[in-house]
Amino acid sequence: MNLVSDIINVERKATREGFGEAMVLLGRSDKNVVVVTADLGESMRVDEFEKQYPERFVQVGVAEQNMMGISAGLALSGKIPFAVSYAVFNPGRNWDQMRVSVCYTNANVKIVGGHTGISVGPDGATHQALEDIAMTRALPNLMVVAPADFEQAKKATMAIAKHKGPVYLRLTRPKTAMFTTSTTPFELGKAQVLRVGKDVTIFACGGLVYEALLAAEELKGEVEVEVINIHTIKPLDEETVVRSAKKTGKIITLEDHQINGGLGGAVAEVLGEKWPTKMVRMGMRDSFGESGEPEELLAKYGLDKDGVIKVIRKII
Amino acid sequence: MLTLAESGHTAGPLGTADLFAALYFGGLINFKIDEPYWDDRDRVVLSCGHYCPVQYAALALAGFFPVEELKTLRKLGTRLQGHPVRQIDFPGSNYKQLPGIENTGGPLGQGVSVAVGMALAGKMDKKKWKVICIDSDAEQQEGQTWEAYQTAAKYGLGNLTFVIDRNEIQISGNLGEVMPIEPLRDKLTAFGLRVFEINGNNHEEIMAVFEQGKLFPDQPKAVIMKTVAGKGVGFMEGDFRWHGKAPTSEEAEKALWELK
Repeated sequence: MNLVSDIINVERKATREGFGEAMVLLGRSDKNVVVVTADLGESMRVDEFEKQYPERFVQVGVAEQNMMGISAGLALSGKIPFAVSYAVFNPGRNWDQMRVSVCYTNANVKIVGGHTGISVGPDGATHQALEDIAMTRALPNLMVVAPADFEQAKKATMAIAKHKGPVYLRLTRPKTAMFTTSTTPFELGKAQVLRVGKDVTIFACGGLVYEALLAAEELKGEVEVEVINIHTIKPLDEETVVRSAKKTGKIITLEDHQINGGLGGAVAEVLGEKWPTKMVRMGMRDSFGESGEPEELLAKYGLDKDGVIKVIRKII
Repeated sequence: MLTLAESGHTAGPLGTADLFAALYFGGLINFKIDEPYWDDRDRVVLSCGHYCPVQYAALALAGFFPVEELKTLRKLGTRLQGHPVRQIDFPGSNYKQLPGIENTGGPLGQGVSVAVGMALAGKMDKKKWKVICIDSDAEQQEGQTWEAYQTAAKYGLGNLTFVIDRNEIQISGNLGEVMPIEPLRDKLTAFGLRVFEINGNNHEEIMAVFEQGKLFPDQPKAVIMKTVAGKGVGFMEGDFRWHGKAPTSEEAEKALWELK
């Protein structure tokens, strides 16, 4: 898989940074790429795009419903709009517009939601999107992508621009471990087996994929953990999910999101129908987040390496 | 067609028949019936999607599809969905597009933003085509509508005209009682639109207002179009109870006799 050679000592950068860098490249390579944002250009890292391509940067102010509709109109006129804001608003506040003007219409809009999960940190629960995967996963025609680190966010951004049809891209705020490299393969819809094991499988997405890798490394010799990165949650790579479930017979899902309706829900639905398997869903257990530093919050809610190890020991 | 469908909206479509006649038969818009999504066409966005029976009728009479097909409104398998659909036909989609429809409409306010997006794209690409967005008066109660207006003004979208059907009814009663929207002209002006007021049941006034609009090439326009809901049918005119229901066959016969 071409991961970094030392996964313990890694550099850190946010997935939103990878997205921002990719947008500048896309702006250059495709004149139809347009950014639409609702007053969060700098925080979502599209400020460089704005500087370089001001004529293709649309600032609608704090009006996310309108942002989604305008993006649909741009897409219907041949543009490839990226509608960019925090996920609590986009798709949190403009879900109806996403459903009708974008998804039902099958308009080629890329919906980019930043600041997802409790890893948002100090801003607190109002700004920590913990339901966005559930909201987007329910919609026909929409692809749902949650890159695991900086490099992957960059590749995912380039890939969704090429994909024809609506996509939701889930980004995060804090600097997180960069464990993939510029040469790690990436294909939309294809889950990545990052570590092969036989005792238990962890299906993870976003920044928590790294915590799963750390847990697997620490348990080396004791438990052989298979770690699979589900960067594309919809359409789910069912083949890879079922194959690993058949192999290990024990499943953990791990996400910075509610356990209901997110990645855990998606995996449970598939296995429930195709290969019922013993399973634990890790994520927020039907509660809101709170203020704190990202690592403090992940520890408190049991979503860091130590939390993962505890669950592995229990399920084994 | 509404009688055959046994449901649907009657009052708004009847009130705006004069507008649709002017658009598709009065030369107000450029279109090609054999190439419905021709790049340089003018775009008619129906934001109040529940008005679709009148747009379907106009499109059929203009030749976009057979008039006979109007009888399939709201029936299983029809291209004339209960609310209009524009779906981009990517490979793998089995949807059949009704030609001439530009937007998916129904939830109020959405088409207003979509129209702004289209007009922005046209302006970015320095295209000559224009966008006409039809929204209802009750639609002015949606916050999104005003978000869209302020954006149209900010970007100086002179290629965009909103036509607001001011028929004073909505589904649950008279608009002024449900939620007043006046002073509408002042509000639209304050949001940066160039506002005109006309009698929407008068063909000459409709034609003239689009001519006047050309005098303001750098500003989005709003036309407050006063109409009589259910126009032409005595027992429907001005009565909000006809907002969201279809006539029975006896009622339809009576209505058609009056309209003739």
